Amino acid sequence: MAFDFVFWVLAVIAVASALLVVLLRNIFRAALAMILCFTVIAGLYVTLGADFLAVVQVLIYVGAISILIILAIMLTRDVWQAGRASVVGPVAAIAFFLFGGALVIGLSRSRWPAYTPPNLPPGEGTSASLGFEIFSRSGFVLPLLISAAMLLAAVIGALFLIRDE
Amino acid sequence: MSVGLNHYLILSAILFSIGLYGALGRRNAIVVLMSIELMLNAANIALIAFSRYVASAQLAGQAFALFVIIVAAAEAVVALAIIMTVYRSRKTVEVDRINLLKW
Repeated sequence: MAFDFVFWVLAVIAVASALLVVLLRNIFRAALAMILCFTVIAGLYVTLGADFLAVVQVLIYVGAISILIILAIMLTRDVWQAGRASVVGPVAAIAFFLFGGALVIGLSRSRWPAYTPPNLPPGEGTSASLGFEIFSRSGFVLPLLISAAMLLAAVIGALFLIRDE
Repeated sequence: MSVGLNHYLILSAILFSIGLYGALGRRNAIVVLMSIELMLNAANIALIAFSRYVASAQLAGQAFALFVIIVAAAEAVVALAIIMTVYRSRKTVEVDRINLLKW
């Protein structure tokens, strides 16, 4: 019962802050709402028993990506306020209601082969088993190496893009 | 009805739709980027919920979510570099004014 309460509180805050992200006119406040949304999603990961991913979410999303986005907002300062009305706004609203309604109706009617998972034993997180999952022989070693190369390429590409001629 | 897999999936669908609305309907490129990050987070919630409720013995869903986070970080870096470059040359970050390639 306490678990249900935590889930509903986190879910309501997540949806409300996500709505603030897309509806606020001042994009700096939208970025602050986005940080709140990411933090709440880290809490949702905890309710799903994914402790390592919750920490990674706080480190990367709340720590790194939010700082990058706020820095970009500061460097494009004079366009904080979006004044003109959007042409595609109604189309986006229609897409939101059609797509979201179809997803919600479809998901609420679907029956997945789900079961009530056992609780993790106290004092034992998922970090070790996640490491075994990634680095085992049938795991994700090659994708991990590819993602390392991709991160290097992304950093070099970003430096190349914003260099001064 | 206690909270189960469907609750997480519907929450993920709602967050994804909100992100879709922001990515399609807002004109500021930084808001579009934030909406895309919201959509990636919604997908992560669905992945981890499936990993917890359907295949709890193995953590492949959590490993996928980890790779999604890695790709999102790289995407944010490159996207913000592109936004800064466009802002330096065209003095705007509104996506309907960045129409140099539009015929």
